[in-house]
Amino acid sequence: MRHLLSAGDLSLDEANLILDTAEEMRSLADRPIKKLPALRGRTVVNLFFEDSTRTRISFEAAAKRLSADVINFSAKGSSVSKGESLKDTALTLQAMGADGVVCRHGASGAPHLLATSGWMTGAIVNAGDGTHEHPTQALLDAFTMRRHLGSLEGRRITIVGDVLHSRVARSNVLLLSTLGADVTVVAPPTLLPVDMSRWPCTTSYDFDSVLPKSDAVMMLRVQRERMGEAFFPSAREYTRRYGLDVHRMAQLSDEAIVLHPGPMNRGMEISAEVADSTRSVIVEQVTNGVAVRMAVLYLLLSGSNETSSEEQNA
Amino acid sequence: MSPAPVPVPRTVLDASDISRALTRIAHEILERNRGADPVVLLGIPTRGVGLATRISERIAAVEGQSVPTGSLDVTMYRDDIGLKPARALEHTDIPPGGIDGKVVVLVDDVLFSGRTIRAALDAIGDIGRPKAVQLAVLVDRGHRELPIRADYVGKNLPTSLVERVTVHLTEYDGTDAVLIADKTGAAV
Repeated sequence: MRHLLSAGDLSLDEANLILDTAEEMRSLADRPIKKLPALRGRTVVNLFFEDSTRTRISFEAAAKRLSADVINFSAKGSSVSKGESLKDTALTLQAMGADGVVCRHGASGAPHLLATSGWMTGAIVNAGDGTHEHPTQALLDAFTMRRHLGSLEGRRITIVGDVLHSRVARSNVLLLSTLGADVTVVAPPTLLPVDMSRWPCTTSYDFDSVLPKSDAVMMLRVQRERMGEAFFPSAREYTRRYGLDVHRMAQLSDEAIVLHPGPMNRGMEISAEVADSTRSVIVEQVTNGVAVRMAVLYLLLSGSNETSSEEQNA
Repeated sequence: MSPAPVPVPRTVLDASDISRALTRIAHEILERNRGADPVVLLGIPTRGVGLATRISERIAAVEGQSVPTGSLDVTMYRDDIGLKPARALEHTDIPPGGIDGKVVVLVDDVLFSGRTIRAALDAIGDIGRPKAVQLAVLVDRGHRELPIRADYVGKNLPTSLVERVTVHLTEYDGTDAVLIADKTGAAV
């Protein structure tokens, strides 16, 4: 692993290595000194071209707990707002000696471009690119589910909502199918991509029929900012057919859990009672996010790049 | 033409030697610390954990009182962490009572350069402040690169730098033995 660009790039062994490493990282939260020396002297740049609170502070906390130096870069108030290109921004960061770059960009494929263009030598972590992927979110979701359900092999996981605009859904479908889970995507037809045939999952338009069989239900945020046009008649109609409220939650099996990547639209895709219920692991997802990102940064940045290529030859 | 003989390493300690050494170490730990009360055993993965468990069982048999036993992964504290490919982490398990004010006995299979123990001392410093830290090893093979020595040694084994010392334990390898071989794997 040189970069983390797509959840689909991870083999089963690599995915399990990240999740097992995250398990060790999570125990750090119970210690008096929440700091490890693994990335001492390394520089991690948070390169955020799009607004984000939880992903950015989660990566920042993860890098700092591993003793890395963290530089936060947001497009607002930087030379990007003066028209600087991605290439020049990348060359600037390279000149400053960034060992790892955590990139969020509104354009799908921007992290891939950073990783393959040769502009910089550091490891690139995709922290969400356009409507493409958000691999660390998928990893933290899988990590959270694994802690509650055990192995995800054969588990039935339902992802509900705005799949069309959701990088979280895409990364989750790819990762969960690698981990052997049985994924069903539920959405109104207008919020599904036109061709789902290459997605390793089944689709449904009927939430109620899928609910009783689910081991975990992941609600996606309705992304109003990415919707230029009407995808459903009204918010009320969406909530009635695809929102998770207490009545729907009652159909779930006893051990089933409810996830949401946040930020939530309470009352829209998830009701407040559900979000605050004992089934909801939404707050835990945030805690686990730091552990998973520590694991990713540790595995990408702690070793030397030269010997890792030698090892592959050996 | 007969095939080239498979190199066979020499056995330095067999199962009963290892058992006797661990029993002696358990007694030495009790004698030196005047009982089991202040002692916490921390094994360094992988095989140090198995050895710590066995020492703990012997102490329990002698004193009728179990000592807290855990494991301490030192991977992220190693001084060669940036020089080698990223390694998978091992499990760290600190006993519920913590280590503050206790006598921590680190347990490892082979003491060589001393760098693992230096890393372990740093790791302990991030977890708490023990009253003292002691070191128990099954084999001390010499060639220290740091000012570190063991308090309890199963066997001092003079070696040359090119030789390899391997500890096998039933829990991990199916058999108890300490083996020594040259770099080709043959007996020396």
